[in-house]
Amino acid sequence: MTDRLLRRLYFALVALFLAAPLIVVLGVSVNEKQDLSFPPKGFSLAWYAQIFTDPEWRSALIASLLLAVSAAALAVAIALPLAWFLWRRHAPWAHIFQLLGVAPFILPPVITALGFLTFWATTGFYGQPWTAAISHAIFFVTLPLVTLSLGFASIDRSLVEAAATMGADDRTIAKTVVLPLILPYLVSGYAFAFVLSLNEYIVAYMTIGFTMETLPIKIFNALRYGYTPTMASVTVFFVAIAALVFGLIARFGDIRRLLGAMGSEGK
Amino acid sequence: MRREAPRSIGDYTPLFFPALMLIVFFVVPFSTMIAVSFFKRDPAGFYKTDFVFDNYARFLSTFFGSVLGFSLMLAVLVAICCIAIAFPFTYLLTKQSRKVQTVWLVCLLSVLSLSEVIIGFAWSTLFSRTAGITNLLVAVGLMSQPQALLPGFGAVLTGMVYQALPYTILVLYPALVRLDPTLLEAARTLGASPVRAFFNVVTPALRNTLVATLIMVFVFALGCYLLPQILGRPSQWTLSVLITDQAIYQSNMPFAAAMAVFLVLMSLALVGLTLLVGRRENAG
Amino acid sequence: MSGLSLNDITKEFGDFKAVDNVALNVPHGTFVCLLGPSGCGKTTLLRMIAGLEEPTSGRIVIDDEDITAVPTHKRNLGMVFQSLALFPHLSVGDNIAYSLRIRGASKQDQQKRVDELLKLIHLPGFADRPVAKLSGGQRQRVAIARALALSPRLFLLDEPMSALDAKLRESMQVELRQLQQKLGITTIVVTHDQREAMTMADLVVVMGEGRIRQAAAPVEIYRKPADAFVADFIGSTNLLPVSADSAGRATVLGSAISGLTLPSGGSKASISVRPEDVHLTAPGNGAIDGTVTFVRDLGGTIETFVEAGGKTIIAVATPRERPEVKVGQSVGIVLPPESCVVLKS
Repeated sequence: MTDRLLRRLYFALVALFLAAPLIVVLGVSVNEKQDLSFPPKGFSLAWYAQIFTDPEWRSALIASLLLAVSAAALAVAIALPLAWFLWRRHAPWAHIFQLLGVAPFILPPVITALGFLTFWATTGFYGQPWTAAISHAIFFVTLPLVTLSLGFASIDRSLVEAAATMGADDRTIAKTVVLPLILPYLVSGYAFAFVLSLNEYIVAYMTIGFTMETLPIKIFNALRYGYTPTMASVTVFFVAIAALVFGLIARFGDIRRLLGAMGSEGK
Repeated sequence: MRREAPRSIGDYTPLFFPALMLIVFFVVPFSTMIAVSFFKRDPAGFYKTDFVFDNYARFLSTFFGSVLGFSLMLAVLVAICCIAIAFPFTYLLTKQSRKVQTVWLVCLLSVLSLSEVIIGFAWSTLFSRTAGITNLLVAVGLMSQPQALLPGFGAVLTGMVYQALPYTILVLYPALVRLDPTLLEAARTLGASPVRAFFNVVTPALRNTLVATLIMVFVFALGCYLLPQILGRPSQWTLSVLITDQAIYQSNMPFAAAMAVFLVLMSLALVGLTLLVGRRENAG
Repeated sequence: MSGLSLNDITKEFGDFKAVDNVALNVPHGTFVCLLGPSGCGKTTLLRMIAGLEEPTSGRIVIDDEDITAVPTHKRNLGMVFQSLALFPHLSVGDNIAYSLRIRGASKQDQQKRVDELLKLIHLPGFADRPVAKLSGGQRQRVAIARALALSPRLFLLDEPMSALDAKLRESMQVELRQLQQKLGITTIVVTHDQREAMTMADLVVVMGEGRIRQAAAPVEIYRKPADAFVADFIGSTNLLPVSADSAGRATVLGSAISGLTLPSGGSKASISVRPEDVHLTAPGNGAIDGTVTFVRDLGGTIETFVEAGGKTIIAVATPRERPEVKVGQSVGIVLPPESCVVLKS
């Protein structure tokens, strides 16, 4: 009985720790006036409207969304053929590319960011919007690579053989068997890359920081000149997007399996 | 389906695009950065091509030494705090129902995906005088006046633990969720209490995992580039912050690159050390 | 020749010969069981017939057409896998219609064929069910129906019953055999279960260490095993040394057995005698002397373990046939010469 109570208390403390700053931000985001106070004075959703009406915040939002959408798509485009090749063919040396795909994510982000900064500066493309998309795609290629590798590993190879015995060539098998089975992993890989790209600051800052603003860059720049409540509303907005996306993955996929719990097929 | 070795150039086709992208946009930039670390600073532009060790020589100063020492100490401290909180938590989490686990994982992923900017902003709000936690303490009468809890070392540490905790939990999760439950049951039938079984059976069985996680969280914390800047004083800036500062604000790309190369080497050395320790333990 | 013929098929994995120079002719419409212990090369042989493995040497010919180099998807065969390999993202009907759908058959044709096949496997009305909702036996039948959808010229099954429980397996064996006879399709089943092979096959091919040890009708395999490996693998048997005495008579454990002849030239060989052929009598009278060491009464049959000359001989009888014997009792063992099979050494 005390065991259970202690466990509950422990969970509650961790939950409180994780939630506390977000609750405070949620509180200040509904302040009526432009001051930083908690508990909030009055109630207003004006600061949420500001994300969409204020031209600066809106253009940052649009930049962030465009960046995340294209970077995640490119990351998946890199990861899918690579994961497919590693699954389909026996080529041990090709795993070097898997390592290259994971490395940018494991290294301290500042280093990857600085690598991109020197590269784009050297090649003369520094500041172009598309350089950020490519940089983010490389930075986050790990995520679809991991989910897709898991997805391919979960395909029973005899399914592919069965399709072949029934007359399907490689292309037909890819279309009718492999792709439908891999789709949930593809979508989760895209979603992970999308959410992280949306939130990413340092790589975006070092590639396009001086020419345009994404939301995280905008928040940081605003933070240096003092407080505006829109920061708080954007923060809440970001948390909501992340929770929504991961919630959807959990609803339609198996998030436990994606995060490494095996054998979750048997219920 | 058998995995055949590729026979013709055509079989390699799917590899072309990923390989090209990763080489051009990761291997080349990374090499460029290493090259730049030997270049000279050019106040008018990014850098001047050269081959000097000046940038590395600058490490040999007391200032740099103290920054390095502080960065390492902070990262170790963050890693230890995270493991201390996350290990029992993750263990208990894997004993919960699927539904509870899923909800927690969604929340953890949401926090993990948050930008450092946002985490920094959120904690600076929580620690502020006007909207901070001290207002709550004043309200219940524990304090007479609200006060700011930042900038300061405690704030930096809290922020970094907050950022690294979901990461730690998610790194530990696979190992713990796959842990053979009969191991614990065996200990229970031999008369160990749940707490004792946790410390006497689970912890030793996962020692390698714990060491590996400690290093991963350490490297993760070492990469933290904004929180010391937002929540701390300049004396609490870490190597990652300095790299950003040199690259962006001081426009000294060669020196930033040299520090980055140094940081990579240190991270790699530590990861290598972990692998070595793990291997020796497995062999022993 | 109409049917399947395997010409000197060899498959090497590195230094290991998984299949060693296998030659076999299977007339059209025959039900063949490839039988052998795990690792004997039977599955590899089946996978080569299916085109999923490539033989190191040898040729595979179906109806006078050499298909050795033809890729799997152009061989027109139906195969049931050990895991069944039903597509988890498709319904029962879509699984069965898969081969028609990828060939662009019309919806009505697919529907018609699916209904036909579901009726054939006694699962009418199951077309829209998800595969995950089926029982083990139902999945089994769906896998069979799916493999038969295009009326293939060859029907291959790799340990198809291994996931089923013993009772269900027996009834599925009978069902599969009846289905095959109805369709008259050349069928090859890989199994390690000799009862399964005996139940279904026209031709049992016993394999060991990559080679065919014997290929014959089930009864012949049982009655006239070619060597000790086959005799031992098919059912249980007593393997005993036999030698010629000075007068040239075949002698087993010191007693001459009249009517048994040894192969010319050899003075030593071994014989296989099935336990149900061993008779126990009173000692003496030319019988082999032995002592009962253990009696196992299984209800329907009684197994008696008799020690004689350092060997344990097992005799099986129905309760009616046998006067009761006790452990420690001396008995005489009679081996009827017509039941003794002299084995190649």
